Amino acid sequence: MPRTPGADLPDHPDWLWNSPEPKRSYDVVIVGGGGHGLATAYYLAVNHGITNMAVLESGWLAGGNMARNTTIIRSNYLWDESAGLYEHAMKLWEGLEDELDYPLLFSQRGVLNLAHSLQDVRDSKRRVGANRLNGIDAEWLDADQVAEICPILNTSEDLRYPVLGATWQPRAGIAKHDHVAWGFARALDRMGVDLVQNCQVTGFDRIGDRITGVRTTRGDIAAGKVALAAAGSTSVLTDELGLALPIQSHPLQALVSELLEPVHPTVVMSNAVHVYVSQAHKGELVLGAGIDSYNSYGQRGAFHTIERELTAAVELFPMFSRAHVLRTWAGVVDVTPDASAIMGLTPFENLYVNCGWGTGGFKATPGVGWCYAHTIAHDEPHPLNAPFNLDRFTTGALVDEHGAAGVAH
Amino acid sequence: MMLIPCPWCGPRNETEFHYGGQADVSYPAEPQQLSDADWARFLFYRANPKGIFTERWNHQAGCRRWFTIRRDTTTNEIFQDDSHEAVTR
Amino acid sequence: MTGEYRLAEGGRINRDRPVRFRFDGHDYEGFDGDTLASALLSNGVHQVGTSIRYGRPRGIASAGPEEPNALVQIEEPFPEPMLTATTVELRDGLVASSLPGQGRLATEPDPARYDAINAHCDVLIVGAGPTGLAAALSAARSGARVIIADADTEFGGSLLGSGEALDHAPAGRWIDRVTAELRDTPDVTVLPHTTVFGRYDDNYLVAVEHRGEDAFTRQRTWHIRAREVVLATGSHERPLVFPGNDRPGTMLATSARTYVHRYGVLPGRRAVVFTTNDSAYAAAIDLHDAGVEIAAVVDVRPVATTLWTARCVERGIQILTSCAVTGTSGTDRVSGAQISPVPSADSAPTVPSELDCDLLLVSGGWNPAVHLHSQARGTVRYSEEIGALVPDSTPRGVRSVGAAAGSFTTGECLRTGSEAGRDAAREAGFGADTAEVPGAPSGPVTPPQPTWLLPGVPAESGDEQFVDLARDATVADVRKAVGAGMSSVEHIKRFTTIGTAHDQGKTSGLLSSGVIAELLGVEVAQVGATTFRPPYAPVAFAALAGRDRGDLYDPVRVTAMHDWHLTQDCPFENVGQWKRPWYYPQPGEDMDSAVLRECHAVRTGVGMQDVSTLGKIDVQGPDAAEFLDLVYTNKMSTLKVGRIRYGLMCHADGMVFDDGTVMRTGEHRYLISTTSGGAAGVLEWLEDWLQTEWPHLQVHLTSVTEHWATIALAGPRSREVLARVTSDIDLDNDAFPFMSWTDGTVAGKAARVCRISFSGELAFEINVPWWHGREVWEALYQAGSDQDITPYGTETMHVLRAEKGFPIVGQDTDGTVTPHDLGMSWAVSKKKDDFLGMRSFSRADTVRSDRKHLVGLLPPADSAVVPEGTQLVELAELPEPPVPMLGHITSSYRSAALDRPFALALVKSGRDRIGQTIYGHVGDRLVPVEITEPVFYDKEGNRRDG
Repeated sequence: MPRTPGADLPDHPDWLWNSPEPKRSYDVVIVGGGGHGLATAYYLAVNHGITNMAVLESGWLAGGNMARNTTIIRSNYLWDESAGLYEHAMKLWEGLEDELDYPLLFSQRGVLNLAHSLQDVRDSKRRVGANRLNGIDAEWLDADQVAEICPILNTSEDLRYPVLGATWQPRAGIAKHDHVAWGFARALDRMGVDLVQNCQVTGFDRIGDRITGVRTTRGDIAAGKVALAAAGSTSVLTDELGLALPIQSHPLQALVSELLEPVHPTVVMSNAVHVYVSQAHKGELVLGAGIDSYNSYGQRGAFHTIERELTAAVELFPMFSRAHVLRTWAGVVDVTPDASAIMGLTPFENLYVNCGWGTGGFKATPGVGWCYAHTIAHDEPHPLNAPFNLDRFTTGALVDEHGAAGVAH
Repeated sequence: MMLIPCPWCGPRNETEFHYGGQADVSYPAEPQQLSDADWARFLFYRANPKGIFTERWNHQAGCRRWFTIRRDTTTNEIFQDDSHEAVTR
Repeated sequence: MTGEYRLAEGGRINRDRPVRFRFDGHDYEGFDGDTLASALLSNGVHQVGTSIRYGRPRGIASAGPEEPNALVQIEEPFPEPMLTATTVELRDGLVASSLPGQGRLATEPDPARYDAINAHCDVLIVGAGPTGLAAALSAARSGARVIIADADTEFGGSLLGSGEALDHAPAGRWIDRVTAELRDTPDVTVLPHTTVFGRYDDNYLVAVEHRGEDAFTRQRTWHIRAREVVLATGSHERPLVFPGNDRPGTMLATSARTYVHRYGVLPGRRAVVFTTNDSAYAAAIDLHDAGVEIAAVVDVRPVATTLWTARCVERGIQILTSCAVTGTSGTDRVSGAQISPVPSADSAPTVPSELDCDLLLVSGGWNPAVHLHSQARGTVRYSEEIGALVPDSTPRGVRSVGAAAGSFTTGECLRTGSEAGRDAAREAGFGADTAEVPGAPSGPVTPPQPTWLLPGVPAESGDEQFVDLARDATVADVRKAVGAGMSSVEHIKRFTTIGTAHDQGKTSGLLSSGVIAELLGVEVAQVGATTFRPPYAPVAFAALAGRDRGDLYDPVRVTAMHDWHLTQDCPFENVGQWKRPWYYPQPGEDMDSAVLRECHAVRTGVGMQDVSTLGKIDVQGPDAAEFLDLVYTNKMSTLKVGRIRYGLMCHADGMVFDDGTVMRTGEHRYLISTTSGGAAGVLEWLEDWLQTEWPHLQVHLTSVTEHWATIALAGPRSREVLARVTSDIDLDNDAFPFMSWTDGTVAGKAARVCRISFSGELAFEINVPWWHGREVWEALYQAGSDQDITPYGTETMHVLRAEKGFPIVGQDTDGTVTPHDLGMSWAVSKKKDDFLGMRSFSRADTVRSDRKHLVGLLPPADSAVVPEGTQLVELAELPEPPVPMLGHITSSYRSAALDRPFALALVKSGRDRIGQTIYGHVGDRLVPVEITEPVFYDKEGNRRDG
């Protein structure tokens, strides 16, 4: 049968997962059935042998930010702490398709982070240098080299903010987000882990400062340990415990074009001319931009953000002029004061927190799963997530990924 | 594109404003007397409610005044406060 | 030549203006007023492509933007991917081709212009069919500001294609009359060919106006703020699922009617009409009357409506009730339809009968276009009566009416439309009444019978029953998804890709929900639908980018002396929005040699720099001193009038975020400077504290950046040059000491002159009114000509200040650096009770002794400049990664004065390591660098007084 380029994606398997009724008790309950919740459950089962476990999802599985991100995967972060965690995730990505036996469409097509000012150039070179010493593939490219990698990018001088060069991580790329979530979900289903959808956690059961279970719209569920993986909704959950978290939830919008013949071979991200673009597997352009400025749980953002994003896209890629926006959408991203995540123990016994991933959550998915599972199983952080504790806001030992050396996610 | 009621200029497009997050977070009277944890609370911790949020905006492209509104973070519906209240803090 | 399927007369096309076009390599002719689809049909062309996954022939399925099949690539006049043939206006020279999968973007620049416009109105009416026009009439007559927009090229909506009569006259007369009245009413904006595609907070709606290929502006994006919105967006006819339902010649019934009435085109010669509701009967009758033989009307319902039965009988059209089309024949075009009785519990299986046809019209009911309602956070519910989603709430300021609200008769649409227009205008504060509406024929209606999966059709045929034609997704695909455990419509959509194509499921969305419901054995209402997201219809990137491209991407700010800089052919550095001269190359010079020359001139003679871009804020009021004490780390209240002090600002977290000079200009007045890029942020930050935290302080802040043009005159000869253009300023060091200012006249202009220096040399900063900037600049340049006065740019300024160890905030700091880290504890007052940032200096992490310090670095004297950004390591040989890093180089240059490379760096415990050698990691090499004090030149500060 003739297959038109871009016609479709690999078939999904014949079986994915059950939708069981929740049991009344589990060893571990994970709150949030997104990428992080599923990956954490997966590594709890595989690395730590815990399968009497439920992942509770308030809506449909992986329907939050996991279904709404722009699927960029990279590990070229500035600080050692971030680099360690994201590079660990990258290494896991590189074996994940085989491990899950699922076509994740993980495509290591490289990511360019553009520099548009002399300070961008300094910051970029600084980050490349740090990456290389951390064992992460990274290069600094001048504008001509950038043009070789991505010929459709406008590298001419007549841009308002010309491209002065870029950092290049060849191992970076994209994957198909739904497939990733479903790969984890299918594996969990096979191992007997309960994936419970339409199950909203409404509170916690506790004895003093020890958490003993969760209350849900589908009844109370006792749990040896409760691990939060609810992104922007985390602080809504912890408010009841009086556990404050330094996160703010914002809309983050993205959009997609119609299917187009392949023109864009890589992933391009620009902070100054704010947009990030890749061309996904079927041929659609996938674009993201900056977060909307205000707090919101509405899963929608403002139109001017979309307009600004497309202005940047057409500025950098004149060829995109007559591409069409088919659909825009938004997720709810939880951002921290230092643009780095929070993962670790809480003041409550048997309660663990993983949040604050802002716009970086998808790319960290397997790394988060691995480290968070370790944290939950051992009741102490994995060395890679130890720096991402809550205490850093008190001591001041931030992992400031957005300071002057800011890097879009 | 919300229509934000500036107490001085009237309703204006969201693009004229700069967001300031939670309102009514006072600078501690004696910062040097605070514990590191309490100081961190002032520096970094802000409410993040799903629902009504009392928050600050600055009419950056207009009168440059800071003011406070209440907004539902699930619908972006804005509830106008008494304008005198709104212009202080 | 007229197409053979073109009727001799009728339609709204202009038969006096034939149009030639090319499709898939063949030349055709149509008329002005045709769409590409109608013109192709008039030439007997149904198949316009092949399907994306299975390569099956596909035809034109509709007459509007809901088209799932007929995707085309425009080749000429300019390449544009993936438009629907049903919405492409025919024009002379149009070249298009079928597009089975991916569209193609042009490689040459888009020559068209795109623009944006803002509008405010009391009532926005979306849709100009009978409902919208009636609404507009009521609203417009009230005096309200009305905007009425419709995606189609002309107003009229469903009336354009139905041949209906209003008040016993052709509907066109009413449309023309109403449109004319609206056009003639002041404050009414009439926008045909304008698709309202998004509804955002507080009734902010966005629309794209297609102004035509030859218009000055090809497309224009409307940003409309409306008090009230009337959604008269109509409805989309829904296809039916049965085996072979994708064969070319299969068309939505009412679309076929549109082709006859609006375009004078017969979509076939012999038609079978397959329906679940009354609306297809009108199509059957109209097509019959236009000359199409109707083989049968196949109705799944047991009883047809009496009125329609009578009309069919009159014309000899047979009606097969309780029957369904269960298969089709044909290769590239439908040639026959298999008809089977709908099986009941006790009926025996029957062999389908086959009817020959070249056109198969289908109608599975109507989906109200609830997209914008849903975007307005309106809820929808599944209506059993009409078998579709209807609005279930009235979001504030938004009312759905007419077919968009599930009312499908013209009479009801006119009446409710008129009322909605009145109500919206009243809500907006106008005394409105309903406009009179014409009478429309009506009769009793038999309820539709929502039909998803046909009973009795074997499951094996599921792969030939298409649910989403655009994505080639079938019942078998849905069955597979359900079989894999999926039950959420969102999961099934992702599994099957249904609803993700260019049409975003306009015809397939609810259909798939119905199929899912049947396969899961639940109610359609339980399955629901996926979210309706903007845009309602695809919109070009360029239309949203508008004119904000190139130089208009971001405002360009230039100084008063900019035109002079241009005469020097100097390259510019973007600093925030400012354009600043980077260096001034002389013929044959590269950047390095130009900068060395400029540096040398400042250190030995005299140079001048345009520093107008530095932010300037006038701080006035009785509490100005107290205020500045709170926001700067150092004490400003002790500064004497006439004196200047350098100041650092920290955020409350103790990290440096801006710096500059503070000039006391009066008892209650200061002029402070900020970095060029940070000016707006600093002003807003200061206002924040002033207004919300310390409102008791009487202080006013005014940005005066563009009041003053500022020239830095630097170098041992600067006093001599300045003396030539001023007579009333005593430039003597005792009279005019370092870090003081004075008012006087420079080059005949009132000036404020400061003794401040960012280079360490004797220097003056001359501030004059912006208007005189260039004049004074040129006077100084002239005055120094015999001294070889040398204009210098940002690069030289950076080198000179680095030689003195002065940090640049944002280059030598990155938001994680305290004043102490910079070695600037001298600028942190110990006498104040508090200032912003103070408390943070005593946190566990900020008191660490191994924090990074700003230090100097000296690479070997004969080596190259070590690149900025270079990471620094301890050991001369690299261990395996991860390699511990000590810090990085923040600034790095070749010094003309020292005749060697040097650098500034942030290094862990740097001040405790002075004299040690560490290594810069450059490429794959390690370059030794010696840690030094950050001040390289004139450590004693002897040169500042000349």
